[in-house]
This record gives sequence, structure tokens and C-alpha cells, in this order.
Amino acid sequence: MSHLSFVVVGHVDHGKSTLIGRLLFDTHSVEEGKAERIQAACKAEGMEFEYAFLMDALLEEQAQNITMDTTRVPFRTPGRDYTIIDAPGHKEFLKNMITGAASADAAVLLVDAHEGLREQTRRHGYLLSLLGLSQIVVAVNKMDLVDYDRGVYDRIRAELGGFLGQLGITPAHFVPISAKLGHGIIGLSDKMPWYTGPALLETLEGFHTRPAPNAAPLRFCVQDVYRFDARRIVAGIVEAGRLSAGDPLVFCPGGKRTRVKSIECWPASAEGGRGSVPVPAGRVAAVTLEDELFVERGQVGAPPDATPVEAHEFTARLFWLHEEPLRIGDVLPLRLGTQQAETTLLAIERVLDAVTLETQARPAAEVRRHEVAQIRLRVRRPIAFDPGGRIPALGRFVLLRGRRIAGGGVIDAAHAEVPASGSDLPIKLSARATMLGHCGAVVWLTGFSGSGKSTLAAALEKELFRVGVLPTVLDGDVLRTGLCRGLGFSQEDRKENMRRAAEAALLLARTGAVVITALISPFREDRRLAAELCRKNGVPFAEVFVNAPLAECERRDPKRLYQKARAGQIPSFTGIDSPYEAPLAPDLELRTDRESVEQSIEKLSRLVLTLARPSRDDQGAGI
Amino acid sequence: MRKAPTAPASSNSRSHVSHLDELESQGIYLLREAFHSFERPAMLWSMGKDSNVLIWLAKKAFCGHIPFPVVHIDTTYEFPEMLEFRAWARDHHGFDLIVWTNEEARARGIGYETTDPVTVTHELKTVALQQCLAAHKFDALVTGIRRDEDSTRAKERYFSPRTADFEWDYKDQPPEFWNHFTTEVGAGEHVRVQPLLDWTEIDIWAYLEREKVPLPGMYFARNGRRYRSLGCWPITKDVPSKASTIAEIIEELKITRVSERSGRAQDNHERNAMQKLRAKGFM
Repeated sequence: MSHLSFVVVGHVDHGKSTLIGRLLFDTHSVEEGKAERIQAACKAEGMEFEYAFLMDALLEEQAQNITMDTTRVPFRTPGRDYTIIDAPGHKEFLKNMITGAASADAAVLLVDAHEGLREQTRRHGYLLSLLGLSQIVVAVNKMDLVDYDRGVYDRIRAELGGFLGQLGITPAHFVPISAKLGHGIIGLSDKMPWYTGPALLETLEGFHTRPAPNAAPLRFCVQDVYRFDARRIVAGIVEAGRLSAGDPLVFCPGGKRTRVKSIECWPASAEGGRGSVPVPAGRVAAVTLEDELFVERGQVGAPPDATPVEAHEFTARLFWLHEEPLRIGDVLPLRLGTQQAETTLLAIERVLDAVTLETQARPAAEVRRHEVAQIRLRVRRPIAFDPGGRIPALGRFVLLRGRRIAGGGVIDAAHAEVPASGSDLPIKLSARATMLGHCGAVVWLTGFSGSGKSTLAAALEKELFRVGVLPTVLDGDVLRTGLCRGLGFSQEDRKENMRRAAEAALLLARTGAVVITALISPFREDRRLAAELCRKNGVPFAEVFVNAPLAECERRDPKRLYQKARAGQIPSFTGIDSPYEAPLAPDLELRTDRESVEQSIEKLSRLVLTLARPSRDDQGAGI
Repeated sequence: MRKAPTAPASSNSRSHVSHLDELESQGIYLLREAFHSFERPAMLWSMGKDSNVLIWLAKKAFCGHIPFPVVHIDTTYEFPEMLEFRAWARDHHGFDLIVWTNEEARARGIGYETTDPVTVTHELKTVALQQCLAAHKFDALVTGIRRDEDSTRAKERYFSPRTADFEWDYKDQPPEFWNHFTTEVGAGEHVRVQPLLDWTEIDIWAYLEREKVPLPGMYFARNGRRYRSLGCWPITKDVPSKASTIAEIIEELKITRVSERSGRAQDNHERNAMQKLRAKGFM
């Protein structure tokens, strides 16, 4: 029988280390003299010997009575070789449990008969489902503490079975045991004649190594390209399917096509240096290609008729392990297969309480450590993946914070998909929108000097940037010192100034940016022309009236301009000796004398996010 | 030195073959990730059996090449036969060998003749390695440690960051799953890359036999004794054994429950010796 690795999870103090110690001891897997040495040490220190001590070799662990980190322990039965992955139950060590459980074939979920289901019993159950573990046995431990009572066992079985059922997990068995006294582990216990299922070890013997996805379409993830000698070798791992010489391949993202020329082996004596046997799923491979394509790390070789999805956005279920919460707008490196890309958290659709499986009531602006959430992510450049569990290795990712892996997730659905193969046509506005996640747009702030245009423009720019929108500000004062230097304040010059501002806004918006103008722009006709210019070129335009009464603006007078105008030092100053034509039907009016900057920014963001929403979005959802 | 004997294949079931294939594949994957991720990786080579598996895996990973230096920390207490093997293997495999000794400690008179074995190991192995790392500015070090060697090693990661002082923060190790690892370090820090973490002693032997990896002859019984683990000659004892082929060694291991490193004096020198060595940065 094949090698089996399994993880032992469950609430702290429900007996994980004791169970492992017992399994080692009862299968005669403990090094000669070790149990005796620890027994002697316990006696010397006046402690009761516990099987857990066999596991807890580090000094600190013996002091604190908790297992500190993931531990892998081999043991052997006549039937097969095992690796036990011991994952700790202490809440802050969840990362170690995931580190251990992610690579396991099966899991033992321990629950204390005396204490019943606890928070981590459920949390670990949820994570096992997220990690894709389907072979699970529940061990109802410490039956000795409840007098081997069938009623206790039945209640736990019903409660935990119901919870796991909601997650789509059906445990192979619920085995009543006493790890401390050795009941129900190697064989059935005469203390519990009412239990007729298999003992724990027998259940494990019936589990299988996680099957490799050999039948799935090929996914060859490129690790590197080597040119150590005359050969140009593409090295990678076959995450799914089988890779053979002669296979036609498309490398995604990108869509370049070629064929596998050879599978390279070392030493050369092995099959003449050329692999004639297909490389199965889960194994590394090194190949040469028929064509001299530019192939790079991160790309996924796939059959032309069954390529992965390429997209900029996706929804996922995520668990978060970093002490600093994950917040909307955070930009973090994402790794999926061998791809790495900068990603922005666009939305937290809901934060799940892994214990009750209920959505938390608090507004989800962040995902905290040890929480599980449904989120929406956007990557700067498209990545190739397989959503919805079709090919697990290509549907899961990690996020990094600093140098650390900070969380992991499973992709449920793709959004903002890129057409399967790259097109040679010029880049359209819609393609830019797909890349950035929003359209270019112009938000035209108009109002008196001192009404708050520059303040709002700067604050809006920051806010938009924070949520992953590319913003830029066109400020009247800045234009006047650069692009429009040399223009005066005559009616003609003012018109030319407005024309140039509108053209500049259009150019920037057509690169995909959201342009925020901060110009007095007092004349309706100028603003109408700017709006018309943008709209006829496919750029959404919104007029925002930043409205504060002239008296208020003059009282603020941040640049002392009103003072100078009253003194006659500035001619044709809007509001003093030049008219301001207020918008008749602005898209948004902000009374900056009555509302705070925060209130105005909230309204502005809402306006921009509506204005710049890509119209083609979500076409690829749910496939 | 000797080539691996071509004894009749032991009772390798199909599943054991595939288990070795999986371990080999994982080792290659890790080596390629290390080579991609770090600017100045190096591989530690003690000339022992695990080390020679590393060399073999590297040649498989990089199609016959070893694209980073191989470091031997020479305590000056090497068995002469091992030094012979070192020279032979370097030429045979064609790698860039760096031999490093803590000359300063030797000059101070640190040695098994005068000092306790834990101190000697610290000075001539750990400190020597620190010196070598600093001199060559390595940012990743491939090592051959296995989780089954002793219980403190059971808690390792495949990519295990070490501080500039070689400290291993085993209480707060980074998460590592789905084939994603810690691949960046700060200035002066390095990552231990451990491709053999999941291998057992029996896996190592089964692989050495299958692949016919060249090994030092001292592992095989001569006059009824052999070395199960090779360290400095003053503190390494041979054990009684009749095993003169790898197949016989594997059979021997299947029935023993004595720890692999029991022939290493420094491990038994005092309670928790390994723990101390480890905290100080010994592999």
C-alpha cells in the first residue's frame, strides 16, 4: 500500500499529542529506550508520564504542555508507511496547522468527549474543507472521562456530523477512543461493545494517497528556463495531466503555441537522456520546445483545446494568517503556481465566521487574522488559473505581506477575462479598462476660487488610489504655470485655457486614468464644450459643482486672491469683477460650507466608481 | 571510494518506487525554486550519504550541471578516506568546491584533544559556516537535513529563514504551503533550503541504491563494522554490522530501533545537546 500522510487537528488539549504518542508506541515505532528515558525523567521530576511527551521533544513544549509547531513523524504498520503531521491547536498557531494540513492526504479531527465541540474543532473543520481534504476521520477522544457512554458519543456525532455536512465533508467514521488508555486505536475496545465500526488505525489503513490529477488537462507550470549548455531547457512542474514529447502546448498567459520536442533526463544513461515515458501529474519535468519561443517563469503550458482561464479579476475564499488585517485597497504580491503578480483587494464580499458559518454583522472593510472571507481580487496583469476547484493546484493562491506568506485562498470564479489568445489589434479603450479595472473618465470640478476644488481633488485622488483606481489631478494653477503659460485673463485667453484643459483631460482619460480637474471654469459654454469633447471620444464626463457662497470663499481666501482682487491688483477675478455661471444641472453638487471634506469625498467616490465602471465587466463570471 | 554495489534489487514494491519518485521530484522542485529565488545560493556538502543525494538531485534538477558552489566545512578532523572521496567526487561531478576551515579557532588551539565536543562542533562547524557565508555573501544554503534525524529537526521548513546571527526562530516560523515558500531575506540573513526534509534514512539508502550514487566506502561493513553516520574521526564510532551492500544496510535498518546518530559523541554528550547545537545554528 502507498505511503499516507495525515494531519491530526482539533481543539487545544483535546489530546492530539497523546494520540500521536500512543500511535507511535502501540505500533512499536518509538526509538528503543526513548519511552523509558522519558518515563525516568518524569519520575525524577515528579510528573505523571504522558504519551504526549514522546512527541514533545523540545524543552519549551514540555514546560508549556502545548505542541509548538508542525511536526512530521514517520511510523510504520505491517500495512504501510505513514507520516503523521501534528498540527497544534493553540489559536495563534493556525498557520502551522495549515502548513501541515495543506500537504496531507487525510485528517484525524479530534474532539474531546468530555468537552464536546469547541471553537477550533469547527474552525479546523472549515479549513480542512478549504484545503481540499476529503478523507477525514473523527476521533471522539477521552471516552474514559465519560464512562464510555454511548449517549455522549451519539450527541457529538450528530452535532459535528451536521456541521461538517454543511461544508460538504462526510467523515469516513466517528471512532470513540481513549488515547491515554489506548482504547479504540489499534483495535476495538471491550469497554465500548456498542461501537461496531473500525478502530482508528483500521480507518487510516483504508485511506488513500491523494490521487494525482492525471486525467485532468495538462498544466505544466514553468519554474525557469535554463541555458547551461547548447540546449534551451524549460523546467517546471506538471500540476495536472501528463506531459509527453510531441504534445502541442499553448503557454498562458500569452497564448504562444509550440510542441514539446523532448523530455530531458539526467543521467544520460537513463533512457538515452530522453524521456520516452509521459511525466505524470505532481512531478517535475524539463523539456525542450520545437520553436524558439519566449517562454518565462510563471507561464502555464496547456493543451490548445483546454487552456486555463486568463483574467484580471476573480472572487475567492481566503483565510488570513497575518497579524495585520487585510484591507480593501491593499496591494500585495500574489503567487499562484509559479506566477507572481501584484494584486489589489477590491472588495470583501463577506467575512465568514468559521465557527458558526454565519456572515459577520460588522461591515467588512478588513479581514483579520484567522478569519475566513469571500473576497474579490484584481491582478495588475492577467494570470492563468482554473477556478471552481476544476484543477486544485491552479485554483489556489497565496498572498504575501512583507516577506511572509500572509494568507491563502481558493478561486471560485473568474471576472474580467482576457480573450484566450492575444490580439494584434491596437489597444482599445475597453482593453485598458480590463487591465485597470475601470474606464478612464473626467470629473470636472467647478466653483469659485476658495470653494474647495483643490482640496477635494487632492483628497479624492488619494481615496481613489487607495481603492485601486488610477487617478490624476489637473489643477488650474499648475496648468497656468506649464501647458498654458503665456495665456492671460482676457476672455479669449480664458477660453483657450479651458480648451487646452479639456484636451489635456481627454488625453489623460484615454490612457485609462480618472482625471479630476480643479479649475474655476466659470462659463457654461466652456464646460459644455469640454463635456462634449470627452463624450464624443468615448470618455465619461461628470460636472461637479463645488458650491460655497462667495462670502464664504472670500472669508476663507486661502491664497489671498480676493484681498488682492478687491485691491484692484488682479483684473477680471471671478466673483469680483467677472461673472460665475453656476451649473444648471450638475451631476453632483457639493455644499462645502455645510458638509465636511469626508462627506464630500464619499459622494465623489460614489460618483466616480459609477462613472468609471467598465461596461463589459462580469461577462466572464461564473464559468 | 566505491560505486554503489549492484546487488539484486530489494523487495521494492511499486509503491515504494513511486514514493522515491515523489521525493526526488519534490527535491528537484525545491532546488529549482532556490536557484530561481536567490542571488547567491550555495550547497552544503559533508560528503555523507545525504549530501551525496543532494549532489545527485542538483544534477537532475539542472540537467547535469550544478550551477552554484558546493561548500565543505572542513573541521581538519576528516577521515583521510573522506578527503580522498572529496577530491574524487569534485572531479567526477565537476562542481565548484569551496573548502572552508575556521583557521582562527584552530590557531587558538580549539580541538577534540583539548575541548569538549559541543564546543568543538560549534567552533569548527557553526562558526566556520558563519565565516564562509559572510565571506561569500551567500543568501541561501541548501542543506541535507531530514526531519527524522532527531526530534528538533522535525519542526523545520523547506525554506527556513535564519537571521544574520544564524538564529532559527522555531517558535515563529513562516507559513509554508501549496509549494509556496519564503524566498526573500533581509541584508545579512539567509534561507536554509532543505530538499531532503521529508526523506527517511531508509529512503536515502533506497534512493542511493536505485540511482547508483557514488558513496564513500566507509558506510559499508569491513571486518564486521561499518559507519552509519560520518562525522569527525575523534567522535565518530563505527557500529557492528555485516552489511556490505546497500540492500543489506536497508535490511539492517528495518529491524533496528537505535538512532542513526548514536555513533556521534556530541549528541550524547549532555542532555539536549542537539537542541543547544541547533539554537546556535548548527544544521
